[in-house]
Amino acid sequence: MSEQPSIKGHQAAASEIAKQVVREYGIYLAFIILVVALSFANKYFLTQSNISNVLLQTSINGVLAFGMTFVIITGGIDLSVGSVLALAGIVSASFATASPQATVPGGPYPVFVALLVGLLVGVASGGIIGAIVARFKVPAFVATLGMLSAARGLTLIYAGGRPVPALTPQYRWIGNGNLFGVPAPVVIFAAAFLISWFVLARTRFGRYIYAVGGNARAAKTSGISVVGIRLAAYVISGALAGVAGMLLAARTGSALTQAGIGYELDAIAAVVIGGISLSGGIGRMTGALIGALIIGVMNNGLDLMGIESYYQQVLKGMLIVGAVMLDQRRNRGD
Amino acid sequence: MAALLKVEGLTKSFGGVAALRDGRFELEAGTVHALCGGNGAGKSTFLSILMGIYRRDAGKIWRNGREVEFGSPAEALASGIAIIEQELSPIPQMTVAENIFLGREPPGRFGGVDFRKMNAAAQAILDDLGFAIPASRHMYSLSVAQAQLVEIAKALSHDAEVIFMDEPTSAIGQREAHQLFAVVQRLRAQGRGIVYVSHRLSEIFDIADRYTVFRDGAYAGSGLVAEVDRASLIHLIVGREMSEEYAKINTPTDEEGLSVAGLTSPGKFDDISFTVHKGEIFGIYGLMGSGRSEIFDCLFGLDRPSKGEVKLFGKPVSFAAPAQAIAAGVALVTEDRKLSGLNLSDSIRRNISMASLRALSPNFVIDTAREAKASRETVERFNIQIGRDVDPVSSLSGGNQQKVVLGKWFWRNPRVLLLDEPTRGVDVGAKREISRIVGTFAAAGGTVAMISSEIDELLGVADRIMVMRDGRSVETLDRSQATAEKLVHLSV
Repeated sequence: MSEQPSIKGHQAAASEIAKQVVREYGIYLAFIILVVALSFANKYFLTQSNISNVLLQTSINGVLAFGMTFVIITGGIDLSVGSVLALAGIVSASFATASPQATVPGGPYPVFVALLVGLLVGVASGGIIGAIVARFKVPAFVATLGMLSAARGLTLIYAGGRPVPALTPQYRWIGNGNLFGVPAPVVIFAAAFLISWFVLARTRFGRYIYAVGGNARAAKTSGISVVGIRLAAYVISGALAGVAGMLLAARTGSALTQAGIGYELDAIAAVVIGGISLSGGIGRMTGALIGALIIGVMNNGLDLMGIESYYQQVLKGMLIVGAVMLDQRRNRGD
Repeated sequence: MAALLKVEGLTKSFGGVAALRDGRFELEAGTVHALCGGNGAGKSTFLSILMGIYRRDAGKIWRNGREVEFGSPAEALASGIAIIEQELSPIPQMTVAENIFLGREPPGRFGGVDFRKMNAAAQAILDDLGFAIPASRHMYSLSVAQAQLVEIAKALSHDAEVIFMDEPTSAIGQREAHQLFAVVQRLRAQGRGIVYVSHRLSEIFDIADRYTVFRDGAYAGSGLVAEVDRASLIHLIVGREMSEEYAKINTPTDEEGLSVAGLTSPGKFDDISFTVHKGEIFGIYGLMGSGRSEIFDCLFGLDRPSKGEVKLFGKPVSFAAPAQAIAAGVALVTEDRKLSGLNLSDSIRRNISMASLRALSPNFVIDTAREAKASRETVERFNIQIGRDVDPVSSLSGGNQQKVVLGKWFWRNPRVLLLDEPTRGVDVGAKREISRIVGTFAAAGGTVAMISSEIDELLGVADRIMVMRDGRSVETLDRSQATAEKLVHLSV
């Protein structure tokens, strides 16, 4: 008789733990289920070359999503990353092209100069947005929407509307080379993740990002420079957009003026699927990583099964909304 | 004949803290009934239940002798109860007429709105009340006083039989107040019942017929206004049995801690001067909106005064940002912990460390071991009741949340504590512990300035009490001269 309630108690505790696991790690479970399902559906899916392919396809969106995560946790949004990607890519490329029409005077320069220039373009774009949002209190949606248009226009002006072709072999290596058998973009993707994760989860600056997004007034009262932290988040997002732009240019061997159109939406999708709250203050960098991987794996899996890309868009849309619906339930504590 | 409105035994708790324990009330037709009580007496909760905003936990409400329960403000309104709220809720981009008829616009052709009819009807209501406001003006172009009058017109346009007025004169001038009183008289003559909530006792003696007093969430007494004088009404409002004992452990020294001279911020407070000594707890009493919190904002670098001087330990200071004030050893516990004290989406531990991350982790990387230790020590020192400190801070009760806010600041080893309503919405046990923490801090030579609406608390812990009214310092009473009656008398 006396055992009855204790068994029930154990069952209740177990189901409570199960609920908590789903709540905390649901996104990881979903990812694993997706991978397992796809590996049964298609024997080619888990081959080394396909995995490498998925990671390559995910790397650019992933890098953008990491920057987006910083911005979204402060309670903002960055719609400009696709255009900043193109601008940084094209400016950087113009320092590393063998084409006499497209090069800057004295080029091609060593690859590190070109990379530094691209990074600076990203940082500067992010800095401008950050200043407008943090200092002049323009809503992030509007400020970055403006930059989305302006940076695209600047890209076209800078390149005269033409692509920058014939990048130097050293530059192209970044997009196509291998490091210990791993494609270079995947190495950069992994490094970007590790650094972003560390900064967000383990540093004082990371804490300030959460505090500003969670309650800006409490953060201010605690002596945190809310303006400075917001600004820094956009600078990071801009810098990572620059990295992504150079990766893309290096992979294709030329920088296109139309590069990265719509990429901001995929980056936001990855962040949202990763359980990072659009209202700020909540989320982890691993969420953004898994979110980007889920999108990558899904696209790849559907490709392998020969499903048209039109359906992929529908599924991605459902995934985004579904993830947020789950998140809302979690926030209500159900 | 049955009373217009009768209430018995109304109770309501929020998260274990009783906001209303025993609400009783009876409103007769053709009377103006004043509902009195200090801050936290339960008046707002009482009104919110009657307006269908909160669900009661227990108790009964009769309307014209019939028992009722309101699930929404619309239901309360349908049963003939309208309210003029203290907090204005107009839609600024709409016109006066659109605001008055919001949700019941007269229909026009093709499913549209008959704007001409609506404007005319709104103007008729305003003219009838003697308010000189054009109905076609946009709300945002009106003054606060005019907006309040529109709110009154809106409530009256529902033709309700029972009208609640919650501090209706708090935002309007003398002239508008007289217009309002004239309206009240006319409503009474029409046989309606008016429930008038106000801190201003003189108004109550001017216009009310009956009064009911709430204290500490319960009915404390009622009667005819004609049969009571100001002193006994105050006595009823504040009550005099000291429910809790406050152990006084600190003794003020002669050393100057925080001194303020001629501090002014236009529209907020005017010419405030006081000195708090080391080891002293300096109380500041005043009604909400009397400019109390705004002083702290200026002392903490959240706002800039237009005039005046602030000295810390004899040295003039001027803070442009909270970070500077914190570096100088000042800590501010804000009035609303949810709004500006805590990051509710984060854990207890991370809230405790929020203001001391630089001290806890001098390098860029968070020293998690030290942070965990700091959190553990704070939880122990302040006896915060928690499960695990990585749980969300939002899972704690109000009292424990408040202790987290205090604990967060104590990690900075502050020399000056600015406390704004440090025990609002916390239970008696936590209240006592918080006053013990503050007392110990002062006894160790700390300087404390504390704003509170709770008279018992101020009388219990403060060495001196400054009373504020309408942004000015009225008088500073020594502990030995201060009584509840005096504080209330000076503040209204």
